Amino acid sequence: MGLLSKKDTKLITDPFADNNPITIQVLGICSALAITAELKASIVMSISVLFVLGVGNVVISLMRNIIPSKIRIIVQLIVVATLVIIVDLVLKAFAYELSKTLGAFIGLIITNCIIMGRFEAFALGNGPWRSFLDGIGNAVGYGVILIIVGFFRELLGAGTLLGIPVLGDPIEKTGLYAYGYENNGFMIMPPMALILVGLIIWVQRSRNKALIEEH
Amino acid sequence: MEHVELFFKSIFIDNMVFATFLGMCSYLAVSKKVSTAFGLGAAVIFVLAVTVPLNWLLDQYILREGALVWLGPEFAEYDLSFLSFIMFIATIATMVQLVEIIVEKFSPALYNSLGIFLPLIAVNCAILGGSLFMQSREIATLGLALNYGIGSGIGWFLAILAIAAIREKIRYSAVPPALRGLGITFIITGLMAIGFMSFGGMLTGGDEGEDKEQTEISNEKNKENKDIVLKEDIENKELAGMTIEIEK
Repeated sequence: MGLLSKKDTKLITDPFADNNPITIQVLGICSALAITAELKASIVMSISVLFVLGVGNVVISLMRNIIPSKIRIIVQLIVVATLVIIVDLVLKAFAYELSKTLGAFIGLIITNCIIMGRFEAFALGNGPWRSFLDGIGNAVGYGVILIIVGFFRELLGAGTLLGIPVLGDPIEKTGLYAYGYENNGFMIMPPMALILVGLIIWVQRSRNKALIEEH
Repeated sequence: MEHVELFFKSIFIDNMVFATFLGMCSYLAVSKKVSTAFGLGAAVIFVLAVTVPLNWLLDQYILREGALVWLGPEFAEYDLSFLSFIMFIATIATMVQLVEIIVEKFSPALYNSLGIFLPLIAVNCAILGGSLFMQSREIATLGLALNYGIGSGIGWFLAILAIAAIREKIRYSAVPPALRGLGITFIITGLMAIGFMSFGGMLTGGDEGEDKEQTEISNEKNKENKDIVLKEDIENKELAGMTIEIEK
């Protein structure tokens, strides 16, 4: 562990479970719910956020001593907006179809609270290396929830994973469908994302009683 | 007719919270009390009504392909739409700041009720989302853009008001401990979203059906309100009883 001290490791692993940005800090919900109808979009979204949060945290942390605190929100917004434009253009160039389905939600990474939240709470007060680790940790914690939700919504809703049918063919009636299994089209609808996240929170808090809220 | 359709569509069918999940962070964070939810909701309507038309103008005359043609024919080929994120967010951030200063100067009463929420709003995804959806749905005129801004603002306002009212009441119910707070809020929002999905029939259900549905809904709402008031009375009495016991 020459590269990462114990404290640094904690920065990465904490957001994974006990301080998860979505289920505990309640940050970055919007995009987590809107684009998780299929697994592929969830993965791309997680990678985009990983990039923006990792790089953004370093940039803000490097500039933390020269940003006047009164205009820091605008400075932060400009930094994020620039990074998001890069992500958007890269997606348009290499994954055009996907960037069409994600549509406005790539742009909404700018106002993804997770990013502003980490800038405010961490990058403004810590060095670049630790900020980088914090950014990566939080983005991974965010990505994990996205991928879990995307996995279940696509599997139960369309019977596919990453567009590949895994439960058999619904028209030919092979695989599970031969036994009368039906896709649950409701899983593709937006409300199920909310309910799934609610269930994830339920599972997580049942396992770790310390996280239970008073009310 | 176009205006009416867009207005109701942006309030109910394309509701910011229930259909596109915009502004969820502040929706979850500021919905513990009805009064604060009311303030934030009003501020969102206000800011959306200002920024959506403004960004529409920006998009129409500066950003989109061929938009710069008013500068001269040689600018016809420019396409600055890749800059729209940064332009929109800059407009929103400055407008929010500006609105804050103006409101503080001219209406201290309004400032006191909206004041603390205005800075929060700059980073509310509902605001940027309003502008981005305005762009991707290709809203045609300035009037429609204003309409869209106000409509989606009202939709958001209704959503946060409803969830705040429910959360105030849910405190008295026996929710499983691990689901308390955030978890149950998510699930309730999901159920509300399922309810709002039924508004999708408003545009496809034919002209006559529309009016009927709406009156039915308002009747139902009135009933619900009455029920809530009744329950509240009972709960208040219970609470009073409890505090007396504690005092003893």
